[in-house]
Amino acid sequence: MKRGFYPSLFLALALAYPLLLSTPFQQRLGALVLLYAIGASAWNVIGGYAGQVSVGHVMFFGCGAYASLACYVHFGWPPLLGLPLGILASIGIAALIGTPTLRLSGHYFSMATIAVAELLRLVVTNIELLGGAVGLSGPVMPRTWLDLSFTSALPYYYFFLAVLLFVLWVTWRMEQSRMGYYLRAIKDNERAARSLGVEAGRYKLYAFMLSAGLTSIAGSLYAIMFGFIDPESGLGMLTSVKMLIMAALGGAGLLFGPLVGAVILVPLEEISNTLLGGKGAGLTFMAYGAIIMVIARFYPSGILKLLQDRLRPSAGGRQSDVA
Amino acid sequence: MSLSLVQILISGLLLGAVYALFSSGLTLIWGMMNVVNFAHGDFVMIAMYTAFIIWKLLGGGPLLAMPMAAVVLATIGIIAYLGLVRHIMRGPMLAQILGTFGLALLLRYGMFWGFGANFLSLPEDLVGGTFEWQGLRLQSSRLLGGGVAVALTLGLHFLLTRTSLGSRMLAVSEDAMAAQLMGIRPDHMQAVAWALAAGMTGIAGALIATFFYISPTVGENLAIVAFVTVSLGGFGSVPGALVAGLLIGVIESFSGYLIGAVYKDIVVYVLFIAVLWLRPQGLMGKN
Repeated sequence: MKRGFYPSLFLALALAYPLLLSTPFQQRLGALVLLYAIGASAWNVIGGYAGQVSVGHVMFFGCGAYASLACYVHFGWPPLLGLPLGILASIGIAALIGTPTLRLSGHYFSMATIAVAELLRLVVTNIELLGGAVGLSGPVMPRTWLDLSFTSALPYYYFFLAVLLFVLWVTWRMEQSRMGYYLRAIKDNERAARSLGVEAGRYKLYAFMLSAGLTSIAGSLYAIMFGFIDPESGLGMLTSVKMLIMAALGGAGLLFGPLVGAVILVPLEEISNTLLGGKGAGLTFMAYGAIIMVIARFYPSGILKLLQDRLRPSAGGRQSDVA
Repeated sequence: MSLSLVQILISGLLLGAVYALFSSGLTLIWGMMNVVNFAHGDFVMIAMYTAFIIWKLLGGGPLLAMPMAAVVLATIGIIAYLGLVRHIMRGPMLAQILGTFGLALLLRYGMFWGFGANFLSLPEDLVGGTFEWQGLRLQSSRLLGGGVAVALTLGLHFLLTRTSLGSRMLAVSEDAMAAQLMGIRPDHMQAVAWALAAGMTGIAGALIATFFYISPTVGENLAIVAFVTVSLGGFGSVPGALVAGLLIGVIESFSGYLIGAVYKDIVVYVLFIAVLWLRPQGLMGKN
């Protein structure tokens, strides 16, 4: 089978999905899967490829979401125009956190990301301009098509699909570049990589800034689709958890790992929320905790890697037949 | 110094002593096996619920709750070590951090599922209420908390530096392989460290429950306080954690007084980031 077979199959299925399964619930579910796949793929750049586990990635998601809606509320701009501002803010924050902590052992980085995300949540809750504890709302009625405010989930679905393809393309280019090789070397053995002249701190910082900017896009898209953001949905740690678990379950450090994770987990979460209501949220995150522990204990490289390893012995078998 | 400033200083020191107690568990594990327990704050949370259940069912105060929470948490600590941490500590960084982080979520949302998101609290007069002394208003619960916390933190320090068990644990933390050649089983010592650290956290939780609200998510903030304390005090240093804990308690208390209670958490988090920027090895840590 050719290398591009599975990606092409996925693309064909993704393009056809909302036409085959066309109820509003199914279309909305599809859009959500793609949105979380964007967030998890963005996390994957620093968490998977660079091996630096950010547990506060929601701060970049929040930057994008708040930038979009703050531009609408204060200047009357379409929320989409806030997207680049969110990216800039995210890259700035990533540089601020990454510069001191990425030189230290990975634990410091993880602790710092938790603390900064929580700090931002507290600060934003106390800033009236950003809506305080109440939050910000987007346009109620679309003024022009630029507001990207639709009642159907279908336009969002194809928009998110395009963005996801862009994010995956950027990640793939990074993977193939010199930086991708450096990151792999750093993740394998940082000391060895350093001794060969790889500036580990600098490349980890680049990866963090790239990851932050891409995550911010996911936040802006969320704000555009839902038209509402508050400190809990935009800066609460559960969104960080979702990005992290989807990437880790699917396969951290693999291009399509986060997508696989999102395809598995988002429907499960939506269904459990529909069936169990508010009480279900506790159960869902309990299950997430258990899943994360099982991944860490037994399959730190994720499901996709497991599948690849399963497929490989059969390929090996065929080769021996030829010989 | 005016009386109100002395009042704030004392309440800060009493709070800080409890911070020092539960942070010393985190620093012990970090120092011994280079693992950061991201579920540490949730261990405190479980201990707080244990104290609440003991009061609800048996009507017991902290004198009963402390030993029972210590036993419950030490058990959880040993299970966490044997079932999870032992297997992930030599794995990739991703597995190390995800493992205890997943445990944190499981505990937090398990309690959320079982008890709901409501804030619970123990009755204020469970430990003798408030009394006046030399014009200072003192809460008995905080006095008890501070006193026990300082005693136990110093006790842990002496256990590590003056006893044979402590020497064996330090040997494992220095060089597990060499310790094994000397007939010390690293596995046993690390399990003891987890039991000890979690048990102390249990006592701290039972003490905090007497003067703080109890909710499933309280552990998140407490975990960050412990991170600040441990980074400020220095990697693996119990005396460092004591000094840093007291300092953070005082800073928190004064910033609550000067700029408002809402901002005191913000001050502590900013302090953490400042420490990471300026002195990541901490006040008393080695480079």
